[in-house]
Amino acid sequence: MPRITFIEPGGSRRVIDAPIGLSLMEAAVQNGVQGIIALCGGACACGTCHVYVAADWFPRLDRREEMEEGMLECAWEPRDNSRLSCQIHITADLDGLEVTVPQRQGAI
Amino acid sequence: MISTIVVVGGGQAGAQAVDTLRREGFAGRLLLICDEPALPYQRPPLSKKYLSGELTAERLPFRHRAFYDEHRIELKLGSKAVALDPGARRVELDSGEALTYDRLLLCLGATARRLTCPGADLAGMHYLRTVADVTLIQAAIKPGSRVVIIGGGYIGLETAATCRHMGCEVTVLELADRVMNRVVAPCVSEFFAQEHRARGIHILCNTRVTRIEGAGRVERVLCADGSEVAADALIVGVGAVPATALASGAGLACDNGILVDEYCRTHDEAIFAAGDCTNHPSVRFGRRVRIESVDNAFEQAKTAALNMLDRKIAHDRVPWFWSDQFDSKLLIAGLSQDYDRQVLRGEPASRSFSVCYLKGDELIAVEAINHSKDYMAARKLIAERARLNPAKLADPNIALREAVTEPVSRNTPTGS
Repeated sequence: MPRITFIEPGGSRRVIDAPIGLSLMEAAVQNGVQGIIALCGGACACGTCHVYVAADWFPRLDRREEMEEGMLECAWEPRDNSRLSCQIHITADLDGLEVTVPQRQGAI
Repeated sequence: MISTIVVVGGGQAGAQAVDTLRREGFAGRLLLICDEPALPYQRPPLSKKYLSGELTAERLPFRHRAFYDEHRIELKLGSKAVALDPGARRVELDSGEALTYDRLLLCLGATARRLTCPGADLAGMHYLRTVADVTLIQAAIKPGSRVVIIGGGYIGLETAATCRHMGCEVTVLELADRVMNRVVAPCVSEFFAQEHRARGIHILCNTRVTRIEGAGRVERVLCADGSEVAADALIVGVGAVPATALASGAGLACDNGILVDEYCRTHDEAIFAAGDCTNHPSVRFGRRVRIESVDNAFEQAKTAALNMLDRKIAHDRVPWFWSDQFDSKLLIAGLSQDYDRQVLRGEPASRSFSVCYLKGDELIAVEAINHSKDYMAARKLIAERARLNPAKLADPNIALREAVTEPVSRNTPTGS
């Protein structure tokens, strides 16, 4: 399984084995990664699974779709490398991916 | 000294409450009583990707079993709380086991409202609330099945879209003059009705079901206007009723839900409640509300957990909701009751638009159709009690935030 690193809001690094076929959000929730709330379960409706993708990884992911763009625009502290982790699907290519979980989630 | 907390109900609220209690340092005995046999799971996918089979059962639970073990949460699955004795601080399970508590949290949820017309007890009648309900529906339908859905609300329409996607012939019977009439503006109802009709779903409004007929199982639905609809399977989505029996049987005050205060406490100081089963006071809306939503269950359960640990935190959030039907997404922020005017932003024909509700100049609710930007902006603005300029608001090229005249909560005079 691809290994993915989450830097949690408190600063600790969590390395998880992410099953191929799930979303990055699901892998985070199942492993109890702090700060990923994911209330809507991946429907792109809550904006609470926001992550910042490491700069070298961001261009390697699929582009954000319009619905995700709109959710992120009013999320807490959006940046150029912001993604909703429910919209990132885990593939073998993501082995080594590193993302940072923001301090807060949602429309705050 | 709080040494034992019992949480009854393994839905969104119950699952969240035990999580928060442990994260916030509660180290005593913690039990979660779930009447269903499965690990606590997400309900929203049931009418959508779980029904269609795109989402498998192992992706439904909020957490793996290891989470509960690791956090010393005693799960009692397939176990129903049947009696509550507040005087003795004791809850009794259907197994006969009795549990004493120092604090009790009721997350009893809601149950599907039953149809009561003649024939409503025939085989082939389905409701959609649990995994077990979906298993029965999946066994009852196949491509080409004639599925009749009673009720054109969220559940009815989502289920209609999914059944159509699965190749069924689908008819929706709605009592009111339009679908989702309790929750959205007429133009939004019309947009979604068109989406369904364009894909071959029959939507019949102003249609009252009077009788279900069939030889031992559902074969046809009879309506008040004399019409008749043939059915291989019938799915009823006519709303939900709060599950209050355990509470009212114990003498706790209930009125359209278990009555709680802003701290999620019932009239008994050791008993709290959260989620769909509660009726809570909202300062924001100036009245009591009962809200059926994932977000309310999550937030109220978190707040209840903190208050059970004697923090004093009020629950009064801006509610939000969503619905996926075919490739369209309905996103709702706030509650649209008691508004003074509706403002349409954009054209429904563009498939991306929103309807804003103003009370005076204050934004109180937004329905956004395939428009996440307005929805997320609205969640912030409603929370801030922002006032908006209606003329600017009507221009979809002006961002919602730029239509703000002043936020009410920050309108103290500055300067002279």
